[in-house]
Amino acid sequence: MSTAEARDAGPPVVTEPRRYGRWASAAGVLLLFYLIARPIYLNPLIDHSVIGEYLFHPVILGGVWVTLTIATSAMVLATVLGVTLGLMATSSNPVLTVINRAYIAFFRAVPLLVQILIWGNLSLLFRRIALSIPFTSITLFDLDTNDVMTTFVAGALGLGLHQAAYISEIVRAGLTSVDRGQRDAALSMGMQRRQVTFRVVLPQAMRVIVPPAGNEFISLLKASSLVFVIAGGDLLTKAQNIAATNLRVIELLTVASIWYLGMVAIATAGQRLIERRFSRGYRRDRTSTSRIRMTVRKVLAW
Amino acid sequence: MVAAVEVTNVSKSFGDVEVLVNASLVVEAGTTLGLIGPSGAGKSTLLRCINHLETIDSGIIKVHGKLVGYRREGDRLFELGHGEIARRRADIGMVFQLFNLFPHMTAIENVMAGPVYVRGMDKGEARAVAMEHLRTVALENRADFYPSELSGGQQQRVGIARALAMDPKVMLLDEPTSSLDPELVGEVLDTMTELSGRGITMLVVTHEIGFARSSCDAVAIMVDGGIIEHGPPGEVLVNPKEERSRAFLRRVIA
Repeated sequence: MSTAEARDAGPPVVTEPRRYGRWASAAGVLLLFYLIARPIYLNPLIDHSVIGEYLFHPVILGGVWVTLTIATSAMVLATVLGVTLGLMATSSNPVLTVINRAYIAFFRAVPLLVQILIWGNLSLLFRRIALSIPFTSITLFDLDTNDVMTTFVAGALGLGLHQAAYISEIVRAGLTSVDRGQRDAALSMGMQRRQVTFRVVLPQAMRVIVPPAGNEFISLLKASSLVFVIAGGDLLTKAQNIAATNLRVIELLTVASIWYLGMVAIATAGQRLIERRFSRGYRRDRTSTSRIRMTVRKVLAW
Repeated sequence: MVAAVEVTNVSKSFGDVEVLVNASLVVEAGTTLGLIGPSGAGKSTLLRCINHLETIDSGIIKVHGKLVGYRREGDRLFELGHGEIARRRADIGMVFQLFNLFPHMTAIENVMAGPVYVRGMDKGEARAVAMEHLRTVALENRADFYPSELSGGQQQRVGIARALAMDPKVMLLDEPTSSLDPELVGEVLDTMTELSGRGITMLVVTHEIGFARSSCDAVAIMVDGGIIEHGPPGEVLVNPKEERSRAFLRRVIA
């Protein structure tokens, strides 16, 4: 029996419809992209060789390193502080919830750029930073503010403290999204409150927390370019410094943009991995990316 | 007979609403008590007070002779610290109407959670113990399934295995079959009947009068925050003393 006969004999088979509209819109988007990219690429005022020359220039690479370390330090600070503040928000202790509200009220209200400038200029307010035990003459440390508050520290603090306010709201939303019954079940088997939070509630909250938190961290990565205003030595600062001497402003901004694009792409991939880790036990639908990949594969095969 | 659970004159209000009014109840060790009564009578609240998921306003609740959430000084009760309450709760198992399985853990991880996190048991040993309890509820072949991959009845049986894994002195079951499809109720009731036969002390809030009649050693009826009837199923369900009991039974048995 041939396959054609078998198909004739069997029940009707569902076939994917041909979606002409999608193909037409995809072609339209590609055409639009071409129309925009062409005049930029062919513009005689851009010297492409400068982009290639500086893309892996040691000074630029140094800037990339500073950007990555500032952003990472700020993320660590924002995560630790944000989770702590988020847990405080859901606490039954009114003192803790008030601290949470006050922190968010302040650090979310003052613009990030202003906060970075404040930390960068802290020495105007405090000449020295010292810690001594009250009512005694014992001093644990006493340092010149400018030695402590380097542009790196100022940048990481400004970014991290600001970001923590947003992360804490995301954590709070995640914690409240977990059903109360989960807490009851964990408590009823005799878990200590710390275990209830870290073994049961937080792992489930992570599923809700990770997508928006990843979003925040990606914007933090880019917002790290604001440390330019305190001469932070990051990617943008370095690119601008070079541009100031060779006047190739657009070329060096392009170099910086390419690096930001690359860093964000890697961060996005990392975010996807973490999301998958925390969606254990929940059914996943076919994601849009896999559908795009399948279509591309189909087109290539054809 | 030893009293596994002893509730004496317990009262509790949520704001202006009195949920428990001088409620008293005794569950003998090794027996199964079915707690029935109309919705809103306070049955679930009473159960939640026994393992201190809810606080009480006055009265005494003892499990195997020991107060759960409080320490007593004369005629006053002081709430214990969280750590001590957790330690006392570990001996009281609870099964919930909505299962409350941990969705990020597989069936066996759910059952292992108590032994590992609370008793500090080593993971390999806990896995073996958990497997034994999954076998009790006839789910050893679903050990590595996540709750979302199990039917309601299977989830509730995992819930029962999870409570058993702590080797509790008392099991509290809060309407364990109320959110199940009718065809799945039987498998959970069968599991409970088997546990009852094994002499595990259980306090079951239920709407399954048939289960109360055939598998419980005693039945109590709760109305308006108080226990108004308590005795062997043959007496309480057939010849209740109170008119309110008769009214309730007429509605559910009719």
